[in-house]
Amino acid sequence: MTRPSLYLDHAATTPLLPAAREAMLEGFAVWANPSSPHAAGRAARALLEEARARVKAALSWEGEVVFTSGASEALALAIGRCRLPLAAVSAVEHEAVLRHGGDAQQLAVDSCGLVAPEDCALAGLVAVQQANNETGVLQPLNAIATAVHEAGGLLLADCAQGVGKLALPEADLIALSAHKFGGPIGIGALLVRDWAMLHPTGGQERGYRGGTENLPGVLAMVAALEADRGWLDRAVVLRDRLDAGIVAAGGEVIAGETARVPSIGAYRMPGRSARAQLIAFDGQGIAVSAGSACSSGSLRTSHVLEAMGMDPKAAGEVIRVSIGRETDEAGIDRFLAAWGEMKARA
Amino acid sequence: MIYLDNQATTPLAPEAREAMLPWLAGPDSSGFANPHSPHRPGRLAAAAVEIARAKVAALLPPGGRVVFTSGATEALNLAILGSGRKRLAVSAIEHAAVLETVQFADPGCAILPVDRDGLVDAEAELPDGLGLLAVMQVNNEIGTVQPVERLAERAWASGALFLCDAVQGAGKLAAPEGADLIAVSAHKLYGPKGIGALWVRDGVELAPLVHGGGQEGSLRSGTLSPALCAGFGVAAELALRRMAEDAAHIEALWQAALALLPGFVLNGSADQRWRGNLNLRRDGLDIARLMSDLRDIAFSAGSACASGSGKPSHVLRAIGLSDKEARSSIRLGFGRYTRMTEVVEACTRIAAAADAQ
Repeated sequence: MTRPSLYLDHAATTPLLPAAREAMLEGFAVWANPSSPHAAGRAARALLEEARARVKAALSWEGEVVFTSGASEALALAIGRCRLPLAAVSAVEHEAVLRHGGDAQQLAVDSCGLVAPEDCALAGLVAVQQANNETGVLQPLNAIATAVHEAGGLLLADCAQGVGKLALPEADLIALSAHKFGGPIGIGALLVRDWAMLHPTGGQERGYRGGTENLPGVLAMVAALEADRGWLDRAVVLRDRLDAGIVAAGGEVIAGETARVPSIGAYRMPGRSARAQLIAFDGQGIAVSAGSACSSGSLRTSHVLEAMGMDPKAAGEVIRVSIGRETDEAGIDRFLAAWGEMKARA
Repeated sequence: MIYLDNQATTPLAPEAREAMLPWLAGPDSSGFANPHSPHRPGRLAAAAVEIARAKVAALLPPGGRVVFTSGATEALNLAILGSGRKRLAVSAIEHAAVLETVQFADPGCAILPVDRDGLVDAEAELPDGLGLLAVMQVNNEIGTVQPVERLAERAWASGALFLCDAVQGAGKLAAPEGADLIAVSAHKLYGPKGIGALWVRDGVELAPLVHGGGQEGSLRSGTLSPALCAGFGVAAELALRRMAEDAAHIEALWQAALALLPGFVLNGSADQRWRGNLNLRRDGLDIARLMSDLRDIAFSAGSACASGSGKPSHVLRAIGLSDKEARSSIRLGFGRYTRMTEVVEACTRIAAAADAQ
């Protein structure tokens, strides 16, 4: 396998941490079914429940934890099983929320990508993400939670891009995905403040999620959650460097003045389409993306940038750069040099 | 520990584990990209997923596609709920993942009875206006092999879809023919937990349950794990290659175990059966005591999913056993990695412990 010389697509997925890998390999050895009543099954069950307690401790979460196959399933579970109907979703949600939208109201965002908390005073389930996957913009979730709760509603927060990087918001239901913070793909969780918020489905996970538990995945996810977060201080500095370099080279930083998760930046290169940029960067061994990985194959106009009021042509010139643990200054500088050269030829 | 619970889960094949490792690598490799990313590492990951998909597809009939899911439970939910069919029928001995989902979708669903041997009557009356019939290939509690080909034919003739839960049969028996939808799980065929698949016959329309990035032809959103796919693929390939060898090994274990447990009566047909499943009863046997006497032997008192509940097995009840008989039944599950010495030791000790009660 050829190694990409520069991977700046950590928001799509980020490498498995060594501790998570170790935990996963150990988990492969504890392969009994946690629902089996024999000693081997009980040992697996004990590890699973210990892991659940460690998730709560690592996230300072006092509610319940339902393990799922990832954030998409966690979001589908929350929306499909909440005792309140879905009342509203923000216009900048990930497709995993938007596609469940149905008749729910769409909450507009301003040009900075922010939802107005007062719009969220609804008596149903309101879904607003923590950090946007394309721009990194952080929603004022604690103010939104207050507005939702005062109106008698419940707040569902897609925290796929925030968990492992930011403190949890004051939400009632929280979706997370391990492979966004150094755990494996194929495992995630729905955090539930109170079981009474959901209708049970039967099966495992206290009757809220059927299917044999993926214990190796759970153990690896916990190890990743407990990992040191020191790299985030470095990410702030690196993203500042990236922002400044893009501006100096004649580019535009999307939502540059808004509070953003430090791992994500979105940048516009006037005069050159995102598709052309991606192909050129890929040819140089630099992995970046246009919007989210799942939809980037199609290279549609980003619904996020559109919701922020961006002109479609300008929106079509925006790429996402996302930073991970091993990203360093040399990598950022290499990207900026490539970006600058491409811009000069645009 | 002697592990005789291969219906609940199976150990990961070393070959499957090996296939997963490159995709569990760190930043100094390219074994971590999102397979839905269009850049080079993403394309490498996507290629690994497609290779795995082809290997899993080889276990299943031609003329359909493999949709990866988090496991069989999700695959079955997708099949049943995604079909949109309203009038449903199931056998009385389906796994809870089918029974509960079908009852949720159609509280008035028809339940096809089974005989004393644990076999669904292939000619059982099907309700009018049937939309979907679900019958498993191999029962998880008693191992009986159902007449799914005939049932599929009859479902087809009545305009209904036929869903086959092939979790216990996949990789062990030939794929059920004539089904429209087939659910399989990797961890029951020596692959990893957290992945399964739904096979969908070409032309069968389903609506997704998990929406989002539109992966898997929009049928199942969520980032696919190249590691889990690769492990599943190699496990499937291995199962296919070793099918005859594994079956011969299991047959030998079955014969040895039966000979060592003379006081026990077999639950379910001996002939129409996957012989890795030995479900036996003995009058008056106290299972809780037996399990506590034999703590280092892992066996089951029913299906793993329900066995924590203390409820008598719906399968054993459906084949006509009294609650008392059901409660004195045990399930011994053999697999590829079960050694003859383990079976001999376990059965000798089970017989002795039962005699001592």
